[in-house]
Amino acid sequence: MTALPANSILSRHRWNAGELVWLVCALGCFFTFPEYLALGTAVLVMVLLVLSYDLLLGFSGVLSLGHAVYFGLGAFTAGWLSLAGWKDPVLDALLAAAASGLAAALLGPFLLRLTGLPLLMVTLALCVLVFEAAHLATPITGGDDGLSGVQFAPVLGLFDWGLGGRTSYLYSLAWLTLVYVLLKRVVASPFGVILQGIRENPKRMRLMGNRVLPHLTISYSIGGALAGLAGALFTEANAFVGLGVLSLETSIDVLVMLVLGGVGTLSGALIGAPVYMVLKHFASQWSPFYWMLVIGPLLIAVVLFGRGGLLGSARTIVARWRRAQP
Amino acid sequence: MSQTPALEARGLSKKFGALHVTRDVSLTLAAGARTALIGPNGAGKTTLINLLTGVLRADAGELRLLGEDLTRTDSALRTRKGLVRTFQISSLFTPLSVFENIFVAVAQAAGRAFSIWRPAARERQLLERTEALVVQLKLQADMHRAVGEIAYGRQRLVEIAIALALDPKVLLLDEPAAGIPSTELDLLHSAMHGLPEDIAVLMIEHDMHMVRSFASQVAVLVDGSLLMCGEPRAVMSHPQVQAVYLGTSGQQRFERRLAHA
Amino acid sequence: MSAAAFIILYGLSYGLVLCLIALGLVITMGLMRVINLAHGAFAALGGYLAITLIQRAAIPYAVAVPVAVLSVAAFGVLAERLVYRRLYARSQLDQVLVTIGLNLVAVALLSMLFGPNLIPLEPPPALRGNLDLGFREIEVYRAFAAGVCLAVIAALWWVFERTSTGARLRAAVDNQGMAQAMGLNVPVLFSATFALGCGLAALGGILAAPMLPMEPMWPLKYLVLVLVVVALAGHARVAASVAVAVLVGIVETGGRYLFPQYGGFVIYLLLIVLMVMWPNGLLAPRVERA
Repeated sequence: MTALPANSILSRHRWNAGELVWLVCALGCFFTFPEYLALGTAVLVMVLLVLSYDLLLGFSGVLSLGHAVYFGLGAFTAGWLSLAGWKDPVLDALLAAAASGLAAALLGPFLLRLTGLPLLMVTLALCVLVFEAAHLATPITGGDDGLSGVQFAPVLGLFDWGLGGRTSYLYSLAWLTLVYVLLKRVVASPFGVILQGIRENPKRMRLMGNRVLPHLTISYSIGGALAGLAGALFTEANAFVGLGVLSLETSIDVLVMLVLGGVGTLSGALIGAPVYMVLKHFASQWSPFYWMLVIGPLLIAVVLFGRGGLLGSARTIVARWRRAQP
Repeated sequence: MSQTPALEARGLSKKFGALHVTRDVSLTLAAGARTALIGPNGAGKTTLINLLTGVLRADAGELRLLGEDLTRTDSALRTRKGLVRTFQISSLFTPLSVFENIFVAVAQAAGRAFSIWRPAARERQLLERTEALVVQLKLQADMHRAVGEIAYGRQRLVEIAIALALDPKVLLLDEPAAGIPSTELDLLHSAMHGLPEDIAVLMIEHDMHMVRSFASQVAVLVDGSLLMCGEPRAVMSHPQVQAVYLGTSGQQRFERRLAHA
Repeated sequence: MSAAAFIILYGLSYGLVLCLIALGLVITMGLMRVINLAHGAFAALGGYLAITLIQRAAIPYAVAVPVAVLSVAAFGVLAERLVYRRLYARSQLDQVLVTIGLNLVAVALLSMLFGPNLIPLEPPPALRGNLDLGFREIEVYRAFAAGVCLAVIAALWWVFERTSTGARLRAAVDNQGMAQAMGLNVPVLFSATFALGCGLAALGGILAAPMLPMEPMWPLKYLVLVLVVVALAGHARVAASVAVAVLVGIVETGGRYLFPQYGGFVIYLLLIVLMVMWPNGLLAPRVERA
């Protein structure tokens, strides 16, 4: 049996140096940037959300503009559970993930029959629909004001919230690491490999005996569940949840973040989310619309001139530099 | 005692609006059959394959695979039951390597499609079967190259490897030699002759050399209906077939060829 | 009866304006097979440009409108040469992403130039007031807008379906290579067609401006409805787009009128249901699968 090359899709379960370095750095940031931990937590939550989206777009070929629905559902579920008296954060996160996953599993069989522009349209419409419905349902969502007074019990009974974001940062990082390990196994499994076959050529997969829709639905459900988990972490970190989590803007943000980092590699999310969030954070301080002027051209440049997002472009540049070496 | 035929199609018909593309076609393939399907362009050969595989739904007729009625089933189920096709224009996973392409088929056929926890790289049996197919089709040199980047003739071999990976009982080959430069045809020929003896093979082909070296039976499709089906020499020298398929000048050339064979 | 008349009249005028914008997109998407999510930005650009010419440069309406439309069309040619030309061979995802990027830039620039507030366009004095139709009154402006849309749509239909230019265009859609081999200058054709699409969008935006005031988020806000029309009309032609747009206009208006709280939903629900059942558009045949 000959060895499999490192860049084969069958080798994705192996960790590469970059991923490990990233995790170590993320942990390091806890010590080196104590005043930016709130931003850091927001970044980690976004990385998790973008990872869940990579499973859909990068590995299943599902282009959806409705991912915010699952993020928002998870966020609000955690909020409702807290207000109902269930304050254990880990439990709430798991239940929120379950709720979003279930919603995705129910919608999937209908939505995933579509591809291309029709799918884009329907997921877009779904996102707007859910947002408008949530806006109307003020008693349960708090409407424009959102849900406040959402409190959670200390993590594992030991670590209190609200100490400058220290707890929420490490808590989010722990979840993120766990999810990353999980996703690496999923995409490297026979299920994941076949999923990528479906992404490349669903017609051919059908004529290999695969019904396609079950695979897409499972992938969509996992993605939805993980988005819900990210949503719960958002609520837990902010002690607040507002309608923004369900907005179309969030759906587009996730797509842009993934593309910036690189689609279909999992590690793309590790780059795209931080870059986007940091750019947006600092550009917003000039004017609310300024960040669009920065991100817009960046997105266009990355898509037109860079292959595989920032990560892919970096790899290409490194490869070219290596070849140019005598 | 007659054996159940591997594939039995009866009265298959298909219309597209006013265009009657397939007219009451009945075809039987015994286990181990080596049948060539010939006919002029536009005769409806690819449509027939699409009807057999379930990509198109027939307006009338039935289909049995090893005695089992599959008329109302979808193409995925038919493939799982052993009715496998290859494509005239290669339909592969372009950015994936040859090995990965075949692995997908192997994993799917082995029922491991929903195995979600164990890394694929640890599935010893699947990897070995994939490698065996690579060796069988002599694709070792390109094994880890992206399928979109290898020679076209080799891509056609990947098609066949995938078809074999799916454990076929009936194999429908849609112009396997199409687009292969003559220098690369040997590989295809040896692959065809290496096909397991018990599977029934229906091959659409224009290449007469392939037909003569490979087929024990020839079926002629003209204007959507089956003109005749029989022993190659008898069919090919039948005046009706020659007139329709080869044209008069072709008929003369063919007679000269026969005289030399 | 009166409610029905209101819904139909207002829905019709709304739908026709939407149709004009949507037709611009149907034409560019149909010919160049590019998903252009930034189409709404060209419409908004037209609206804002007209407002600037009329309100800040005191140019009369009748002059400002054609000037604005032609300017946007010219700008469209520029955009096509610089950006869209690179998208023809790209995947749908890439097209979506680049046009979203363009949208972001457009929204940012519009807000920086015109501020975040709603700016309505006042119709010229000649078009103010109401028109009495007997069973119902309608604003003169709405009737005018509907009339202009109908005229332009009819002209488009005639050109596409009945003239040799239209036939050539349709040939170029079906088979670019062949069309080029037969002497059609495809690049020029594409630029011209894209300009037409942008011009239609701009005209639609200008006509819509009194009814749907201009704001920086305009391109995204009405994008969904325009895409709804395009997606439901599928690859079909002018007549289908009109039918679908009017349907959308009426459903939107009717929904909001009859169910003030929930009316906005109706159109999205309708879209989801229709697209799941007819992914190729309302008037295309259903895809066959055994």
